[in-house]
Amino acid sequence: MSRRLNYREAMREAMHEALVADPRVFLMGEDVGMYGGTYAFSKGFFAEFGPERIRDTPLSELGFVGAAIGAALGGMRPIVEVMTVNFSLLALDQIVNTAAAYRHMSGGQFSVPLVIRMTTGAGRQLAAQHSHSLEGWYAHIPGIRVLAPATIEDARGMLAPALADPDPVVIFEHAGLFNMEGDLADDWTVDIRSAKLRRVGTDVAIISHGGSLPKAMQAAEQLAAAGIEAEVVDLRVLRPLDTETIMASVAKCHRAIVVDEGWRTGSLAAEVMARIMENIFFELDAPVARVCSEEVPIPYARHLEEATLPQPEKIVAAVRRMLG
Amino acid sequence: MTDHHAAAPPAGPVPWEKDFALRLLGDMVRIRRMEEKSAEMYGAGKIRGFLHLYIGEEATAVGALHALSPEDNIVATYREHGHALVRGLDMGTIMAEMYGKREGCAHGRGGSMHLFDKATRLFGGNAIVGGGLPLAVGLGLAAKMQNENRITACFFGDGAVAEGAFHESLNLAALWKLPVLFCCENNLYGMGTALERSESQTDLCVKAASYNMPALRADGMDIVSVHETTQEAVARVRAGQGPVFVEYQTYRFRAHSMFDAELYRQKAEVEEWKTRGPIHTFSARLKAEGKLTEAEFLALDARANAEVDAAVAFAEAGTWEPIEDLLSDVHTPENAP
Repeated sequence: MSRRLNYREAMREAMHEALVADPRVFLMGEDVGMYGGTYAFSKGFFAEFGPERIRDTPLSELGFVGAAIGAALGGMRPIVEVMTVNFSLLALDQIVNTAAAYRHMSGGQFSVPLVIRMTTGAGRQLAAQHSHSLEGWYAHIPGIRVLAPATIEDARGMLAPALADPDPVVIFEHAGLFNMEGDLADDWTVDIRSAKLRRVGTDVAIISHGGSLPKAMQAAEQLAAAGIEAEVVDLRVLRPLDTETIMASVAKCHRAIVVDEGWRTGSLAAEVMARIMENIFFELDAPVARVCSEEVPIPYARHLEEATLPQPEKIVAAVRRMLG
Repeated sequence: MTDHHAAAPPAGPVPWEKDFALRLLGDMVRIRRMEEKSAEMYGAGKIRGFLHLYIGEEATAVGALHALSPEDNIVATYREHGHALVRGLDMGTIMAEMYGKREGCAHGRGGSMHLFDKATRLFGGNAIVGGGLPLAVGLGLAAKMQNENRITACFFGDGAVAEGAFHESLNLAALWKLPVLFCCENNLYGMGTALERSESQTDLCVKAASYNMPALRADGMDIVSVHETTQEAVARVRAGQGPVFVEYQTYRFRAHSMFDAELYRQKAEVEEWKTRGPIHTFSARLKAEGKLTEAEFLALDARANAEVDAAVAFAEAGTWEPIEDLLSDVHTPENAP
């Protein structure tokens, strides 16, 4: 059996479940309370759980993310909502220099059981300070786990294991997915370790995550109409990468293309490509390709924004070039 | 360059029983001897990286920490050897940490700037200036949400006052009425930049009070002033009225770190401040009151030196963590308690 819900409802349910299940869990961030959440993820929580556990913060990203780290060290299980990945840069010091490093520099004495959720990605004409995809930066940092739920199931299921993780977890929620609907099986299970095949194919492995996943799926459908069977790998966990699942898919298809909304230079896509080269170079029938964002701050005008981002057509074209 | 003239040396009666006074004096001497030895071991190449000595500022950590309870949380800076020692860390594990040995309090992963100890609730050793303040706010929040009767004392320097983290943290702590004691060790220089070259408002209590919290000032060279002021501040924080800010006006006798040629201050200024040295002025007051004899001072100094010798021996005998373990403690192991 299954039921239908959207991404936002799935994440809201996950937070609700966590708040009910564990008195140590609380949500903090800008406008998570009275306002109901910038994207309404916490609508109704303020009335249900009260201002202590649904804690509105001032516009102090560095301060409240750091405070969440301290609260985690003090025995709580905070969920911090950061409005966008761009704003998270104001808190980057606390995430990288404190949360990620704390266990190591204390010689293993202190773990930081913290979950940070943030919106990422473009596609809503929000221009260059609300639209970037910086999850690849976070995936660079030892000491944190980085998740990118791109399905209803993952939006519903990734939070609980993230909260159970004794170390910091950063969850990237692509704004383009919030209204996406899907069926959630009653017997769903979700881990925060593995990449998953979202489509089985034989001719080319399309490796993607987050907001690019539906685009990869659309591209795969278009390719199927032309007789090309693409396999689609959803990375899901951006750090640590599930290298095994990636390699199994590429070894089967002998061709791979990485789709990543981050900018090309120094991207997560580059890391995935490097791993393919390191591990299964001789399985490849063609150079690995990638479709990334163009190297420009995200523009406002719709046609320019669309031209900046990976699109199904670009993916299809890249696959066709690869197949010759 | 501006002269920062020292006030008259601390004087006046010591309102404490002899035992307590000697315990605090002893702790100041222990820090002094440990720091002198650390500098020596740095010169010998045994300690590397950055080494920030607390010499001259001992009264602040000793006087303040003796006003706190073992259940309280301590957040400190990279100039934290003294805080760690007074908090109860074994001097050997501190020295071993500075040596980079596995027996160090952070297994050699942190070094001089990152002394941590879960048992005594010492939450670092934070070497991003201002980085410890949001952490202290969160520890205070956790205590409040769990109805724990513990306060969090957060030490930081005058340099941190210029950071955005200072503004955000004091605002949050006051807004949420959290049990946090902000302990500002104002030694007049953020590394080599004098306070008046970095702050438009050099009266740090005025600045802190603007966040709607009490702001107290102590003479950081006078352990009596430090301890009494901190006690008053602790009582207010523990009463649940929210955070309190204390400024300790102190002075660093040594360079900022071992790489500092001290071009930014006059030698005469340092010498003038040394006349206010917290150890000799406190000793003189105790002697004048008949609470300390020269023999007693020599005895506690000898004990401190013996402790230092034992700490060095412990560090020397320590072992190097095997390189095979390099990646441990990046993440918590599975099934860890």
